[in-house]
Amino acid sequence: MTGAQETPLLDVAGLTVSYLTRNERVHAVRGADLDVRAGEIVALVGESGSGKSTTAHAVLRLLAPNASIDAGTVRFGGRDLAALSERELRTVRGARIGLVPQDPGVALNPVKRIGEQVAEVLRLHGLATRRTAPAAAVEALERAGMPEPGVRARQYPHELSGGMRQRALIAVAIAAGPQLIVADEPTSALDVTVQRRILDHLQHLTEELGTAVLLVTHDLGVAADRAARIAVMSQGRVVESGPARRIIEDPQDAYTRRLLDSAPSLTAVRARPRPAAPAEPGEPGDVLVTAEHLVKDFPLPRGRTVRAVDDVGLTLHRGRTLALVGESGSGKSTTARMILRLVPPTSGRIVFDGEDVTAATGAALRRLRRRAQLVYQNPYASLDPRFSIGEVITEPLRAFRVGDRASRTARARELLDRVALPAATLERRPAELSGGQRQRVAVARALALEPDLVVCDEPVSALDVSVQAQVLDLLAELQDGTGLAYLFISHDLAVVRQIAHRVAVMRAGRIVETGPTGAIFADPAHDYTRELLAAIPGGDARIGAPGARLLEERT
Amino acid sequence: MGRYVALRLAQAAGVLWAAYTVSFLVLDLLPGDPVSAMAGAAADQAGVDPAQIARLRSEYGFDDPVPVQYVHYLGRALRGDFGDSVASGRPVTSVIGDALPSTLQLVAAGLALAVLCGGGLALAATYTARRWLRQLLLSLPPLGVSVPTFWAGLMLVEVFSFRARLLPAFGNGGPRGLILPAVTLAIPTGAVVAQVLAKSLLTTLDEPYVQTARAKGAGRPRIHLRHALRNASLPALTVVGVLVGQLIANSVVIETVFSRNGLGRVTASAVSAQDIPLVQGVVVLGSLVFVLVNLIVDLVYPLLDPRIAAAGGRRWRPA
Repeated sequence: MTGAQETPLLDVAGLTVSYLTRNERVHAVRGADLDVRAGEIVALVGESGSGKSTTAHAVLRLLAPNASIDAGTVRFGGRDLAALSERELRTVRGARIGLVPQDPGVALNPVKRIGEQVAEVLRLHGLATRRTAPAAAVEALERAGMPEPGVRARQYPHELSGGMRQRALIAVAIAAGPQLIVADEPTSALDVTVQRRILDHLQHLTEELGTAVLLVTHDLGVAADRAARIAVMSQGRVVESGPARRIIEDPQDAYTRRLLDSAPSLTAVRARPRPAAPAEPGEPGDVLVTAEHLVKDFPLPRGRTVRAVDDVGLTLHRGRTLALVGESGSGKSTTARMILRLVPPTSGRIVFDGEDVTAATGAALRRLRRRAQLVYQNPYASLDPRFSIGEVITEPLRAFRVGDRASRTARARELLDRVALPAATLERRPAELSGGQRQRVAVARALALEPDLVVCDEPVSALDVSVQAQVLDLLAELQDGTGLAYLFISHDLAVVRQIAHRVAVMRAGRIVETGPTGAIFADPAHDYTRELLAAIPGGDARIGAPGARLLEERT
Repeated sequence: MGRYVALRLAQAAGVLWAAYTVSFLVLDLLPGDPVSAMAGAAADQAGVDPAQIARLRSEYGFDDPVPVQYVHYLGRALRGDFGDSVASGRPVTSVIGDALPSTLQLVAAGLALAVLCGGGLALAATYTARRWLRQLLLSLPPLGVSVPTFWAGLMLVEVFSFRARLLPAFGNGGPRGLILPAVTLAIPTGAVVAQVLAKSLLTTLDEPYVQTARAKGAGRPRIHLRHALRNASLPALTVVGVLVGQLIANSVVIETVFSRNGLGRVTASAVSAQDIPLVQGVVVLGSLVFVLVNLIVDLVYPLLDPRIAAAGGRRWRPA
């Protein structure tokens, strides 16, 4: 299976890359070794900051201006790419190595038509003339699985969905028939169902064309599903590499084991502390919020409207977590924002703790604001960079004039302790914290006013898998023994399974299925729910049927 | 798209009306009126009959209540009649019409120079891989902004006319006479264009789609001109639209420094003579040029960036 004599297509040896920052040289990659054989999919796995993206970009020498390759070789087709001139490199880029970049939302030129952008790579390498390029571009789009490629070729990136944009980028990468494709987290920014379709297609396409793929991902589940071999990176080094199956079933390195433990897609429900005896504020099970027949229309040009939420009803119980699951555009965030009264509903009724808040204004609305809080998706954007962490956490207290300066600081310290951050964090700024730490701060801020309801809008989807697990554990821990209710929004069923008591599946503005987490996972009634379940990566690597490991789900 | 154009046209008309109204009110608030200014000038030579002053005032409508005057003059202005210049007695439109071509030449030449040189400087500074050269080029725009226009003009005249005797220093003498004033006018504007475009190019070159283009095998010139420039030109275009106003204002100084006849000098003398109809005409003309240029800028946006036309009539999208 290993075929030791065969010369690999790509052979990275002793690669060292550093970034020159204002006052020091930061080593991102420290002597990484990696090889990819012709026609093979190799996954490069690691957390953010592990150097996996830098390694992938160093292969194409597409590094930031302040980065430099200090040592090592990148042998590809008999040449050392690390030593080529820029002019020679240009004949390799696009033609012999294609790149599928990370975020399809920003990786296409917004002012050029899709077809033009695909055709460019063919024109650059003399593979099409001005006359033949448009048709060749449409053909490449079709091979990349783009629906209606002829129409899409004439459209601009902003007119396409994320999935279609990623297909356009795949078309760019495969158009010139390269021997290797470097795919840098190609689907991390996409919904799970789209992610699955795109990866399926990429896999079939490369098998068919005999193209090798270097797949960079933070998700071991994705790696296990797709790659023949996996290389695990940590702190700039490849700590372990080998056949995918071996890495998943018998990891040798401690870091690989840790990564495996935290991957939500590979582990089913881990044991969490059970909710203790129902605590003071409200019996768990008491109804906290009911939403009935919620509808939201958004205006479009020329007086038309689009119905984002269509007759949605929800019930939230104290001390319980309700997950709202669906793809982007399904209306789950809009529903949550209506319940928080951040967006006015077009019609419907919202009752919060017995009080109709659908049309609440003034003091009544302010009471609701105090009792219902929000944790946002992106902790890099939701904390004011000019505030200290202490100011971030005490802001709700200041807004509601709770306590004096000293008591507020004491409260902030206590909250930091509850989210397991050291008290010294009070004085720091958001920029000094990691993503996971920032999300802990966001949780602490949401809890500052002791709300009854916290809406978590994709709270872990911007975080690394190992950090995701920690934040989910924290959320569950904070709920145990209190009457705190969560409305947990996610597109990722693997995450939902670990935290929710009940699940409501949304599609195109409607709830298609709702029920206890266990029942939804063991016996999904709706086709769409089944599709979502099948899209969870790592399916091949999980032992036994998905339902078999659900015995421990929270009840 | 139709909605986008209609919206911009309505905005343009609104700005024109506001400029007329504000200038009318401000000029009305000034002490004195043109009749007393004329009378004051005439009084040096011979006595002026107070009855005659009163007759003149009522003839020009200066003794009507302000709202009546406003409606009267606005109605005439809408028909293109801005009245007669008090100082010369000629119609305001013909006074302005005589002075306009020379100033338009100057402003157009200055604008073209500013865009070409400023844009070129920005492209060169962001294109070069040599750090020292980039730093040097990027330090020129702040210098250009901070040099006063009249001083730059005098320096250019000193060097190119008096010492080198290459170019005429004064007057309206043909295209050669246009060079020095246009260069002087272009310096501060071009500097701002260079500054904005360079900054915007540097940001754009960091965008992920530029990396996509590099991964296709595109070379630096192609990335710079085909991928980055079009995206980066929007902020610079916005600035150009705003700077046209500054160019018109600066032409007053330039025409004085270079003794050129033109709108700038007409404005300067109209203001000192309190020639209200003429000043008003100049204000409306200035805002008309400004509004037209910005209308063109607004209409060019969607050609450069297809996302703008799409967002034109739409206020917000579902989350």
